[in-house]
Amino acid sequence: MNSVHIFVSYPVWFFISVGVILAVIRLIKGKSVASRAVAIDVLTITTTVVLVLFALIFNRGIFLDVALIYSILSYIGVVALARYIERGM
Amino acid sequence: MVWYEILGGIFMVIGSIFLFLGALGILRMPDVYNRLQAGTKATTLGAFASIVGVGIYNPVWFWKTLVIAVFILLTDPVSSHALARAAHFAGIKLTDKTVYDALKEDENKDNKGEDNE
Repeated sequence: MNSVHIFVSYPVWFFISVGVILAVIRLIKGKSVASRAVAIDVLTITTTVVLVLFALIFNRGIFLDVALIYSILSYIGVVALARYIERGM
Repeated sequence: MVWYEILGGIFMVIGSIFLFLGALGILRMPDVYNRLQAGTKATTLGAFASIVGVGIYNPVWFWKTLVIAVFILLTDPVSSHALARAAHFAGIKLTDKTVYDALKEDENKDNKGEDNE
């Protein structure tokens, strides 16, 4: 079980952290509000995946409930941002 | 080294690679609409594979992780559609490298139909 753990955890954390850095670069650089909204969408979904991976590390099942609530919040947040861009409400 | 641990590990690594490719895509694409495509499709697949991978690695949590993954699979395209619609009505143009604009042809056809009547 230890070898599977080491084989899996190093690539997974490397790829996710580099992905977060690239998305934050787009969030800073982005040429319009919609580009920044796309970066926020990617960041919140990546945060949901990181929460589910924390459930594996700390071996507590309660992180999965937190991940579900956070995914709902991210969806509502991105749709609210999109409606604000469209209609200015 | 049970079989479900190895399978879950493979799913998790593949999912994280797709998340990385999605983030790379939104950095390199020239336009909002292209970034939406890269950000939605690759990220949804990466999140689905990663979360189901955790569920397979530890089969006690399988159904809960499946619920989270199916929720992301259903709602991520809806949010990308809302963003694309907002970007179009806010007036954000396509890039110069665009070859074919299907929406403009549809709008022109509607306008021509009204003029004839």
